[in-house]
Amino acid sequence: MAFIATLSTGSGTATIRLAGELDAATAPEFHDAIDDAVATGAARLVIDASELTYIASAGLRALVFARQKVAEDVTISLVGVTEPVLKVIKMAGLDHGFDITGS
Amino acid sequence: MTAERIDLPRIDDFPTRRIGAYRVRQGRPFPHGATLVPGGVNFSVFSDGATAMTLVLYRRGDAEPLEELPFPPEYRIGSVFTMTVFGLDLESLEYGYRAEGPFDPARGDRFDPGAILADPHALLLSGRDVWGVPPDWSKPYQYRSMIAQEDFDWEDDVPLRTPSEDLVIYETHVRGFTRHPSSGVAAPGTYAGLREKIPYLRDLGVNCVELMPIFEFDEFDNGRVNPATGERLHNYWGYNTIGFFAPKAGYAATGAFGMQADEFKALVKDLHRAGIEVMLDVVFNHTAEGNEQGPTISFKGLDNATYYMLTPEGYYYNFSGTGNTVNCNHPVVRDFVLTCLRHWVSEYHVDGFRFDLAAILDRGPDGAPLPNPPLLEQLAYDPILRHTKLIAEAWDAGGLYQVGHFPNYGRWSEWNGKYRDVLRRFLKGDEGTTGELAARVAGSPDLYGGRGPAASVNFVTAHDGFTLNDLVSYNDKHNEANGEGNADGANDNNSWNHGAEGPTEDPEINALRTRQMKNALAILLVSQGIPMLLAGDEVGRTQLGNNNTYCQDNELSWFDWTLTDANAELLRFARRMIAFRHAHPVLREGRHPLGVDTTGVGLPDVSWHGVDAWRPDWSPGSRLLAVMRAGRDADGAMDQLYVVMNSHWEGHDVELPDPAGGVWRLFADTGASAPHDVHDPGAEPATAYPGRVYVAPRSVVILTRSDD
Repeated sequence: MAFIATLSTGSGTATIRLAGELDAATAPEFHDAIDDAVATGAARLVIDASELTYIASAGLRALVFARQKVAEDVTISLVGVTEPVLKVIKMAGLDHGFDITGS
Repeated sequence: MTAERIDLPRIDDFPTRRIGAYRVRQGRPFPHGATLVPGGVNFSVFSDGATAMTLVLYRRGDAEPLEELPFPPEYRIGSVFTMTVFGLDLESLEYGYRAEGPFDPARGDRFDPGAILADPHALLLSGRDVWGVPPDWSKPYQYRSMIAQEDFDWEDDVPLRTPSEDLVIYETHVRGFTRHPSSGVAAPGTYAGLREKIPYLRDLGVNCVELMPIFEFDEFDNGRVNPATGERLHNYWGYNTIGFFAPKAGYAATGAFGMQADEFKALVKDLHRAGIEVMLDVVFNHTAEGNEQGPTISFKGLDNATYYMLTPEGYYYNFSGTGNTVNCNHPVVRDFVLTCLRHWVSEYHVDGFRFDLAAILDRGPDGAPLPNPPLLEQLAYDPILRHTKLIAEAWDAGGLYQVGHFPNYGRWSEWNGKYRDVLRRFLKGDEGTTGELAARVAGSPDLYGGRGPAASVNFVTAHDGFTLNDLVSYNDKHNEANGEGNADGANDNNSWNHGAEGPTEDPEINALRTRQMKNALAILLVSQGIPMLLAGDEVGRTQLGNNNTYCQDNELSWFDWTLTDANAELLRFARRMIAFRHAHPVLREGRHPLGVDTTGVGLPDVSWHGVDAWRPDWSPGSRLLAVMRAGRDADGAMDQLYVVMNSHWEGHDVELPDPAGGVWRLFADTGASAPHDVHDPGAEPATAYPGRVYVAPRSVVILTRSDD
């Protein structure tokens, strides 16, 4: 399945909805979406992963990239993460600076 | 002006030719290994004797390669083959090398074009991604090099640079620490599991964890079975490196995702946040390739004669006791070791290294010890390693024993084997030990004069040998489960079972054993030098008399967390002893005591005593020694401590020196039953009788002076 990153904004929140497979090949598309989200100046960034079917380590790194990219006072929420993915994020210590909620 | 984009195109961003399905160009020789460059990966590998080299690419897990890319002749600079390959899928790529050259063992060459070789500089290795999953040996190329992103958000983390003399080292095994079902962590036996136990380490008070090998190794390289159970034995300890730059994937909960580097970094970062340094036990004396009969994994097929010490006939010297010996002082190998250590410090923020069988590191290519071994000198002065702790296990299996005279350049510390030996002999009541014990308690100035007490890593137990509980519970080793008829492991343990071999119901024996464990911890933690504890000794962990559990991936080796309750008394004692050490800088001075008043407090910095104050008994039959330490505390006020060590089977009424106008307070008395065995540092009760203290049979009393 292809990967799609869709950005929507409203009331100070930028939401990136991810669908499909997030891996090394598709991570740049996600990066672009983050760049666009940053440009909106939103105070809150929501990454909705509930339609992701697969996430590889490059995809997980892309999430860290989001934290690095946005200003410190912007909160990042990661929603709709499946239990196995959540576990990997936590074990690898990539969860700092995120507000993460499972699916 | 500021540039919006700095990633301007470069001329070398583009391939110049095609090999098979891949576009490539001539690469850069440095750094060696596989390095990410714009659009591709730069591969660089050294081989002096190879006549041709091929880069072999695999899709992860596949038996057959995706492609073999021979290095064109013009892609070789000196003896380095280098090529940049574009358009690779980094996540699914595994790679290796095929090296062609002569097979002429008498001349040192063992090229085997049939073997796919792991990159000695591989940043990750796959093949043993999940601990204990039996490998498919029919598969060619077992340990596969992988590319690493090497990106991690360290925030502001750096190595801690805790002064060496302030360290309390805790030696542990990543898997063994939390593998036991009682550990209660989410991912038992992993870096993440250890990370979850950081609060325990903080409460214990240790400020440095020394991890037994975490460089990639193969837990399946042990062919033996437990004769009693038929159970397959593992290489549990991992002193048999396959990948010197790669963290062991099987120790990572995320190893199956190839995220072991991130998981290990997260552990280091959080340990640092808790004020705990990370020291790695590193094995540069030998590799997993064994001798003539051993497997060809990497070095053997790339440049056997460079990487290994060979006899004039081309056989392997065996100073490590494991089949081969790394040719550490060869200039190329020196570079390899140095690059590797720099990698662990700069990439993983590691604080120090303990070098296994380090005496090998000062042998020359023919095995003879060098007077000024270049590797050791180089490590001592390297800019990246400048503040990294370097600790030598200053002996090897070839008979070189250098405790006290390891070439140190003012930088190296040593595992003080003599400390261990005399403390053990004193504790079991051997004659003629008080004189040497005094030197050891004072930081071994006889061995390390001029180098300072931090040159001495003091310990009673380490992974090699009995645990503390077994030291006081067994006269002899019981290694039958290792499958070698109890022939493996040290025979000379200076242990004593106190009346029964192994576990017993006898309350008197058990009480005495507990007391002896406290005695050992007490003396260790008031000795000058760097104390090192073996994980689990603070709760009386037993290996049922096995003093060499290198192959036991089971409850014999694992930390049983129920012991924190069952032996809460010992744990409480250990915690307070560590806190006591942290509270008294006089025990952690950066120089050896001189026996004179060096701090202007009116008392010598160290003085020796016996049953009578100021009259130490150095006679062979003496089993009681007292030491007074005097100096200043962290606020500059006078600090005065008195430690009476009695290994005699009788108690003694001991006269105390004058507490300089104050009173003596009782911090610890291992002869007293809990909770009176130890008190909170700073809240010690006054002694019962001024001027005297009763020291029970085989016990240690520690006093501290206060003004009132």
